[in-house]
Amino acid sequence: MTGLSFAVSMARREGRSSRRRLGLYMGSISLGVAALVSINSFRSNVIDAIHSESRGLLGADLELRSLRPFPDTLQKLLDSLVSSGIPISNATNFASMALAPRTQRTRMVEVRAMSGDFPYYGTITTEPPGRWASLQTGRFALIDPSVLVQLEVDVGDTLAIGTARFVIDGLISHIPGEFDFVTAFGGRIFIPGAYVEETGLLETGSRNVYRAFLKFANEETLDDFLNANREFLREQQIRYETARQREADFTEAISIMTRFLGLVGLVALLLGGVGVASAVHVFVKNKLSTVAILRCIGASQGTVFSIYLLQAGLLGLMGSALGVGIGIVVQATLPDVLRSFMPLEVTMSLVRPALIGGLLIGAWVAIIFTLLPLLEVRNVSPLQALRREFEASRGRSKLQLAALAAVIVTMAALSVGQAPNWATGAAFALALAVATSLLWLFAWIVMRTTRRFLPRRASYVVRQGIANLYRPHNQTVAVTLAVGFGIFLIATLYVVQRNLVSRLAVDATATRPSLVLFDIQADQREGVQQVLTARGLPLIATTPIVPARISHLNGRATSEILKDTTDRRRSRWPLTREYRNTYRDTLVSSERVVAGKWWGQEERENGLPSISLEKDLASQLAVSIGDHITWDIQGVRIETEIASFREVDWARLEPNFFVVFQPGSLDGVPQTFVTLTRAETATDRAELQRDVVLAFPNVVVMDLAAVQDAIESIVESVALAIRFMAFFSIASGMIVLVGAIATSRFQRIRESVLLKTLGARKRLIGRILLTEYTFLGLLAGLAGTVLGIFAGWAVVTLMFRLAFKLPNIQLVLLWLGTAAATASIGLFNSRDVFRKPPLVVIREMGE
Amino acid sequence: MIIVAEGLEQTYSSLGRQLTVLANINLIVEPQGFVAIVGPSGSGKTTLLGLLAGLDRPTAGNVLLDSQDLSLLTEDQRARLRAERVGFVFQNFQLIPTLTALENVLVPAELRRSLGGYDRGGAEDRALALLGRVGLSDRIDHYPAQLSGGEQQRVALARAFANQPKILFADEPTGNLDTETGRTVIDLLVRLNAEEKTTLVLVTHDPELAARAHRIVRLSGGHIVPEPDAHQ
Repeated sequence: MTGLSFAVSMARREGRSSRRRLGLYMGSISLGVAALVSINSFRSNVIDAIHSESRGLLGADLELRSLRPFPDTLQKLLDSLVSSGIPISNATNFASMALAPRTQRTRMVEVRAMSGDFPYYGTITTEPPGRWASLQTGRFALIDPSVLVQLEVDVGDTLAIGTARFVIDGLISHIPGEFDFVTAFGGRIFIPGAYVEETGLLETGSRNVYRAFLKFANEETLDDFLNANREFLREQQIRYETARQREADFTEAISIMTRFLGLVGLVALLLGGVGVASAVHVFVKNKLSTVAILRCIGASQGTVFSIYLLQAGLLGLMGSALGVGIGIVVQATLPDVLRSFMPLEVTMSLVRPALIGGLLIGAWVAIIFTLLPLLEVRNVSPLQALRREFEASRGRSKLQLAALAAVIVTMAALSVGQAPNWATGAAFALALAVATSLLWLFAWIVMRTTRRFLPRRASYVVRQGIANLYRPHNQTVAVTLAVGFGIFLIATLYVVQRNLVSRLAVDATATRPSLVLFDIQADQREGVQQVLTARGLPLIATTPIVPARISHLNGRATSEILKDTTDRRRSRWPLTREYRNTYRDTLVSSERVVAGKWWGQEERENGLPSISLEKDLASQLAVSIGDHITWDIQGVRIETEIASFREVDWARLEPNFFVVFQPGSLDGVPQTFVTLTRAETATDRAELQRDVVLAFPNVVVMDLAAVQDAIESIVESVALAIRFMAFFSIASGMIVLVGAIATSRFQRIRESVLLKTLGARKRLIGRILLTEYTFLGLLAGLAGTVLGIFAGWAVVTLMFRLAFKLPNIQLVLLWLGTAAATASIGLFNSRDVFRKPPLVVIREMGE
Repeated sequence: MIIVAEGLEQTYSSLGRQLTVLANINLIVEPQGFVAIVGPSGSGKTTLLGLLAGLDRPTAGNVLLDSQDLSLLTEDQRARLRAERVGFVFQNFQLIPTLTALENVLVPAELRRSLGGYDRGGAEDRALALLGRVGLSDRIDHYPAQLSGGEQQRVALARAFANQPKILFADEPTGNLDTETGRTVIDLLVRLNAEEKTTLVLVTHDPELAARAHRIVRLSGGHIVPEPDAHQ
């Protein structure tokens, strides 16, 4: 304990002058803390909300779901439940065109025909309020606001769905348990189940989903029901979800998402740490003589070290506390940023563990990043008070290596703690380490080469400005790291976003489709073609769609394979899913054969029709070329032989298939057709949709431009959330930059006073600073952008497996923008260096 | 004897060459003595001072400081010894720029108190009294940068005597001052030394200051030059 009270009082007195200089740096810790506190508090708020609404998220205790009408056996079971007092609601969902007769506008929608008292838990809010309760009282429809806007209708207007008419009675504001971004794809329209037959669409629709919602008296009766019927439901290929499962799924999804965003926020904390280390490094250099004096008059190594550690610790704690405060403010804004991904209303409340955790993490990070440069204080010899030229001992001590290890372990632990799982955390920590090292290396190499190859004949301004970057006590590397990291995040995000969006873009070439017409019945093919011809639009392709399920694999029944839980090679979903297969004799441009042989015109060898499987599906099914699959096509069984595997580019917005049959094998089975066409302008597309809907109410027209918009808006929502968190890193980087300028202010003022004394004008000093900061910005921007390109390339080609395209101009703009911003911030913050008259400055320095 | 140095030798290796700064130094200083170490630049004066004060370890030989064998003490133990029994005055004053005059004078007392020593109120009274004795009662809240060189050195004197040290080491105390100011500082130093019954060892170039010492140790090329006419 000896020396501590002295250290405390010295730290208190010394702190008066360093508070201002170091305080700014502690602000960079604040932003990292704010990022973590806000996202972790928010996660806790959302999970609490999910937990408290629990059953409201499903609206019932159990949902049953099937892609075919419920079989009689199930219907009988449900009827018996109803008579035993268990309430059941039904819903049928299907895609359809909605036509507004008054405005003659059409739009693809998701119709939901509801019956019963759903929801049993939670409330569906409408505008005007209370319209959900009256939905069943007539031919009413409740629609999403987006549908209202696109059809240019108002509440009270009539909508045509198939052959039925409904009056728009209100708008859907919120349905618990549904994500807002889902509605971007197909607007929802709720109609009373009693009138669904009037639409005439259930028979022709290929994407109907039949659902039943059950309310049980308690958990036990629900469990009893499931235990008694689990096997039966599986056999009938009925999927089910309980409120508990949904709660768990939502909790996990939210948790993963917010934890990922937290990782992005962690970068800000790392940069804050780098800023702190950099500031303390310069701070220590300025304190060496004070340290020597104290040592000389009898303070021990430990005492002197404590003086500065206390100061740093206290400032770190203050910076961290400020961060907690900012975090609370940010927490309040997060529901807006992440609105699209929230399945329910989130009420904000303070989360004590997140606040305390953030406070401690921030203080700890500040302290360990302080230790690295601060340990140098221990090497100061008291002899340095007597002779200035005395050299401090060189090389890293064991303690410094230990501090470095503490930094690495802390960052790795924080990554793992923040990440959704161990592996992601470890990977992120590794990525952080690699990115930091590369930025560091990059800055170092560029500085080295610039110094080496700086032309001797360059003007004085340029030479002096660039020389400033490697002056003693420079913070070039720290600033490059801090600013570069922010730019790196933004560049990576931008490159990935651009590549995803441009890949999904509707192709501009005239032979590519822009409209997809589906659910065309066999007898409607010609009629649809005539509508296209009348409008002068091309018929690019017509593809048959045959809905089917797998009934046997190599002669073994699917239900039997599913019961065999020891078989871990196979995934379950390909065996239970509803396939939409097609048949044709040629490959299309979005696919290629990777194994086996595509069929030619020759006869089938053993009488079995050949099929071609998408290669990932084949591996999930664990089948090889020559294996047999028996299909159940609406009751008809057809055995087939696998002839080839294909690789399919799913990113193309056009019909692609898991399974393609050899032509001729599916004659006579129930099938619908998909037709592709292209209309250049929005008006042409709208008019075609109207013509088709008027002539064939059951045919659904998907406007690929609208789908593309929807996807882009989802990608943008995701990018916005990530950018929001990345913003903390950028801001941290800027604070480090401003802090670096503030720290070197006295050195610069001294130099500029000297230059002025030697006869330099303000302009010259300004130009030297401009050169220095512009170069620093170019350096940091280049480092970040180049690294971002590589990271973006890795994500696009390795994760999304897409071809990579570089958005050159935008990246160059990002780079130059960084340089301009850095130069502006630099000049703005050093304005008094070249503005104030020398004497005023000298007096100020003396304080 | 308050300081006994035996066979002191200090060698530094610089650029692969051994550089002998001090060799075969034997020195005895009696309590309340006043020794001036003089000699040309580079003769090893400051190095000797550093060794006597225990700021550095000699390559060979040893120093007994107030009966403590410095070679047997750790760095922190030597620091403690300095805190309790030694005062320092430097050529360039070496006040802590972030502390006021009073706070600078208080540092040694607080340091000693934290090592398990005396009453704070007493320390502050003594610090104020010392500042009064060096004529700076009205400047106690000024920062070093707001004081002239002479004033700074007077604060440094007050600091040096704050703990009632047994030994005071001074390194060119007038080296950065003009003649007139230097004389004032010397007068103060000599007077305080006498009043406080301190042993004073100082390094100086200043013949006037050296002349007031009881004894002059002349260094040349790292050796003590015999001084036949020194008054003992």
